[in-house]
Amino acid sequence: MTVFPFEWIRGAIRVWQRDYESWKDFATASLVGTVAEPIMFFLAMGFGLGRFVEPIGGQSYLAFLAPGLVAATAMNTAAFETTFGSFTRLTEQHTYEAIVKTPISVGEIVAGDIFWAASKSVLGAGVILAIMAALGLLTSSWALAALPLAFVIGVLFGALGMAWTALAPSYTFFNYFFTLVIGAQFLFGGVFFPLTGLPVWAVWTAWCLPLTHAVFLMRALVNEGPEPGLWVHAAVLGVITIAIFLVASRLIRRRLIR
Amino acid sequence: MDGGGPDAGEPDAALVRARGLSKSYGAEPVVDGIDFEVRKGECLGFLGPNGAGKTTTINMITCFVRVGSGSLEVFGRSVESGAREIKRRLGVVSQENTLDPDLTVRKNLWVFGRYFGLPAGERRRRSDELLAFVQLDEKRDAHIRHLSGGMRRRLTLARALISSPELLVLDEPTTGLDPQARHLVWQKLRALKRAGVTMLLTTHYMEEAEQLCDRLLILDRGRIVARGTPAGLIAEHIGAEVIECYPGAERDVAAIAALAAAADHVERAGDEVYGFFRDPAAARALLPSLSGLEFVHRRATLEDVFLKLTGRELRD
Repeated sequence: MTVFPFEWIRGAIRVWQRDYESWKDFATASLVGTVAEPIMFFLAMGFGLGRFVEPIGGQSYLAFLAPGLVAATAMNTAAFETTFGSFTRLTEQHTYEAIVKTPISVGEIVAGDIFWAASKSVLGAGVILAIMAALGLLTSSWALAALPLAFVIGVLFGALGMAWTALAPSYTFFNYFFTLVIGAQFLFGGVFFPLTGLPVWAVWTAWCLPLTHAVFLMRALVNEGPEPGLWVHAAVLGVITIAIFLVASRLIRRRLIR
Repeated sequence: MDGGGPDAGEPDAALVRARGLSKSYGAEPVVDGIDFEVRKGECLGFLGPNGAGKTTTINMITCFVRVGSGSLEVFGRSVESGAREIKRRLGVVSQENTLDPDLTVRKNLWVFGRYFGLPAGERRRRSDELLAFVQLDEKRDAHIRHLSGGMRRRLTLARALISSPELLVLDEPTTGLDPQARHLVWQKLRALKRAGVTMLLTTHYMEEAEQLCDRLLILDRGRIVARGTPAGLIAEHIGAEVIECYPGAERDVAAIAALAAAADHVERAGDEVYGFFRDPAAARALLPSLSGLEFVHRRATLEDVFLKLTGRELRD
């Protein structure tokens, strides 16, 4: 057991490399999905809708919305990868079966796939951050920390998608996930409107959504850098991420090794 | 039990050792208390109808299915505690196509070699060697979906060999292939056998078992019903020759009676009658009295053994 973390990380990296190799050949098509959708949201909501919205906390609506979209993009990208992508590898393609018959373990496959999903999150988030930089919306050097945060968000929702994949009988089962789980985070996780001024029950409901904490952190990093209260949200995010990761790993093992 | 052989006392001669190995799903036993060994350098075959427990047994060896009860050691290590080490030394050809459809032929081998921790240079060298060995040189940059079934199976074989495994496990390696493709796979497996690779394979093709396997275990309903060399099994359970008749008319009754009297064992299946002979001379002596009857006189085969031991009813 002493070699456990080392072996585990090495195995996960090898699975990550497999995902990268298979993505590389179709990168252009994949990039369109990863990058184009958040850009369209950014333009439609930020510039289009934003013209009719009053400044929020002294910020233009575009400046308010942008960090929320960074967090939401990280979520969507990873969740998509570990549901439709991982489910295909788990079932139709028997990719997991082939890998688990090599020295790689189930936990390493799950980790490698989730880390890959999170890497795509960083890519998607990075594109929006680059646009924000070009528009002069990034003022603090803490904005660089948005990239590792996007990775953590990717791991969290990648793991959540993976857990759903482990339980999914078919592709249609993911409709529930994207409508009820991911959709709820996207609409009520503080991406589009601030929580201040909402009824108490609505605020507490929002704080039950992991994305709300992620959006809060992202907004703080992009705007003014860390402040004391942030560590609570970071801790919440960290604990949820690790817990879901462990659950996902366990569920996939139960489904794969009978 | 085939204990008492010369290897039985040497623990290092057996690469796989199963004792009382069982597995059930719910109340249904799939593998029901089997004992066997795979010895270094041999090709051992699991022969059995669908649902006999062949694949489940193989999957327990490759650590893909958990052992239900009993003990299973591979390379002297328990599958429960030594999975990573065991898998490092195994090459597996699964029944399902598990090639990576997102990667080209060559990348399938490279990426797979990386799972075993092979350095890049060695992966490249081994891939080139193996693609030549399975005659897929020209397809190196093709995508998996553009390969025929036979090519996919050969590529799967090459992939299983990338880590130079000490034991090659093949689950129905030629099922679903046309005769040409099947013979090419057999050719490759015979070449590996000559090179000293230890093999464990499952099959329900008698010809495959006869051509490739040194020893066979016949499985039925999760149990081993017979074991031995292909020739030994035929001699023990059937004899030397078979007269297979298709009686039609009333007048055939006398001929069938003569067959029944002369044969060591007679079996009826539908409207066919089989007479099994240990002594070829006895079979030949009978032939004149079968005139008018539609029949085939032939050597006993493994298929006769298989059908005698596992019955003739359909298995789905």
